[in-house]
Amino acid sequence: MAILITPETKIIVQGITGDFGGRHAKLSLDYGTQVVAGVTPGKGGQFFEYGTHKVPIYNSVADAAKATGATVSVIFVPPPFAADAILECVDAGLDLAVAITEGIPIKDMIRVKRAMTGAKTRLVGPNCPGIVTPGTGKDSFGGCRIGIAPGYIHKKGHVGVVSRSGTLTYEAVFQLTSKNIGQTTCVGIGGDPVNGTNHLDVIKLFNADPETHGIILIGEIGGNAEVEAARWIKANCKKPVAGFIAGATAPAGRRMGHAGAIVGGAEDTAAAKIAVFKECGIEVAATPSDMADALLRAAKAKGVTLT
Amino acid sequence: MLTKLGSVFVRATPRFILPDLPTNFPRMNIHEYQAKALFEKFGVAVPKGTTATNHEAFVTALAALPEGPTMVKSQIHAGGRGKGTFTNGFKGGVKFCKTKADALAMASNMLGQTLVTAQTGPAGRKVQTIYFTVASDIKKEYYLAILLDRATSRPVIVASTEGGMDIETVAHDTPEKLFKVLIDPAYGIADFQIRDLISKLGLAGAEAKNAAKLIRNLYTMYWETDAAMVEVNPLITTPTGDVLALDAKVSFDSNALYRHPEIVALRDLNEEDPKEIEASKYSLSYIALDGNIACLVNGAGLAMSTMDIIQHFGGTPANFLDVGGGASKDQVIAAFKIILGDPNVKGILVNIFGGIMDCNVIATGIVEAVKEVGLKLPLVVRLEGNNVVAGKATLAASGLALVSGDTMADAAQKIVKLVA
Repeated sequence: MAILITPETKIIVQGITGDFGGRHAKLSLDYGTQVVAGVTPGKGGQFFEYGTHKVPIYNSVADAAKATGATVSVIFVPPPFAADAILECVDAGLDLAVAITEGIPIKDMIRVKRAMTGAKTRLVGPNCPGIVTPGTGKDSFGGCRIGIAPGYIHKKGHVGVVSRSGTLTYEAVFQLTSKNIGQTTCVGIGGDPVNGTNHLDVIKLFNADPETHGIILIGEIGGNAEVEAARWIKANCKKPVAGFIAGATAPAGRRMGHAGAIVGGAEDTAAAKIAVFKECGIEVAATPSDMADALLRAAKAKGVTLT
Repeated sequence: MLTKLGSVFVRATPRFILPDLPTNFPRMNIHEYQAKALFEKFGVAVPKGTTATNHEAFVTALAALPEGPTMVKSQIHAGGRGKGTFTNGFKGGVKFCKTKADALAMASNMLGQTLVTAQTGPAGRKVQTIYFTVASDIKKEYYLAILLDRATSRPVIVASTEGGMDIETVAHDTPEKLFKVLIDPAYGIADFQIRDLISKLGLAGAEAKNAAKLIRNLYTMYWETDAAMVEVNPLITTPTGDVLALDAKVSFDSNALYRHPEIVALRDLNEEDPKEIEASKYSLSYIALDGNIACLVNGAGLAMSTMDIIQHFGGTPANFLDVGGGASKDQVIAAFKIILGDPNVKGILVNIFGGIMDCNVIATGIVEAVKEVGLKLPLVVRLEGNNVVAGKATLAASGLALVSGDTMADAAQKIVKLVA
């Protein structure tokens, strides 16, 4: 089992008639993903046609879900309308909404997150590359690709990857695949300060997934989500984990006001996060080129096979 | 205690997290006098003040204030003004004057001069506006700020009885004097929360009543204007029971500026790095640093870690530069020009992971850009991803003196060696 999505997952694309949403809907169809519906208010009844694919478009997420049985939606709508698009997924009772949109006002996300309290829908993102569960075909074809990641760099296997950064995730996946190590699922949780699913949520899912034998945790400076995840790993996770933190060279102390600086505080820097990783038994990648090797070292130390 | 306060808003562009970097994203900063005008609009009490941008206007500006003790305040975006030094040797960007006549003379020492503070960097900032305010009688100083608490995704009010001090020091040495109130965004700030906070700050009577009004109105301003952070240090009480915001530092969430034209109008381009402004025209995210190896990368996380890996192998990064997902020829040309505008740069590392983009298209763009700007400095290019073999072939066939790197580590080592 992968986490969050499988090759059978049926997905809706909100914003399928836009340039960005349309382009990535096509790439997902090429990858063999079950893109079963599009949503663009006012364009219900039309079709998104691509090659032999003819994806029906609906006016609302609820209509699309009801007609197709889709349980997941990916959001490509522009920032001013993205919060609304997320809440529409909640209202339709979807399992998962993945918000790719970059630039959503923080206040909108504060309100969305409050409104989602207690809802069954999980949010991944916003401002994220999405999620990929690789398939078994050539270049991992036949998998579920939600979002904007390059599908072909993946390979079906046993490593889980979670990251706030898109290209850094691709870098890690590429290293793994080059070493013939496949992935269960790769999750980009996004770089915004207010997001749906955090590192720890994903780590818990990987830990509970018997097919995932090892985990790469990629973080950045700012916030304490990585630290929280690391402490949980120390207490609960027996699987090998490799970690990388970007931003060691980012200088501190210039533009930010004092309150931010304190509240950002001591656990915010790359050095502090790396120290916590080490203390929690996470094998730290010294450079981004070392991410796959770091996981191999961690796996060897625990006698775990990744392939 | 502090770690619980945890993780507040430290984001620098909509796409990545870099605390404290001098970029206008994701926050737009405004001057103190502009912040105080907003305060007044929302019913947050401030000392009476006026501004002037040239020597002739000092007299007119001061005429609007009553005779008596007057503050003269240099207006630049960076903090630490009071303890700053001008490049002409004059000390202090914020001064107390006993009379308006003294204030007039004092302002002449500041206007047009360059003020260097702990937050400006050695280059400092030119003072283009002077803000005169009535000097208030201070009974006691407090600290008050409103910002995002990342751990809970809610607004948080941070307040302290230790005003006028470095709040980080207060938090570290006397955390019991720092109070935090989380606001439920569904309801907004509740009266009981304000009462509780005021009681913790030890305020009573007229002070309590005035402080309650100020806190409520300040929160309304924070929320209604999509502020990223509002900081008042110090907030003061006066012998007559007034509660005033003596200083004001306000920044806004850049993602929300589209719905606040009145805030966008407050932007002061003089306060921004011209290279960063130029970069933003090409959708490049650029931040100048003080090393000598420039980098050009697609993706924020990759860009940050490219800086890191340069340092890891003994070099120093000259900048952060994220070209976004695409890396088109025009963007690469603009990026090279911006990079070359920094005289410290001795070499360039290009690191592109072409996930969806065709590496050959990117390579062609790089070759054309190098030719167009006549690049003379050492250049290492690391390309990976879609159609990378053709991309590397294009680079090799270009006849340019660029060096190819295979992995990030390989490329970083090569550029460090070339620059050394």
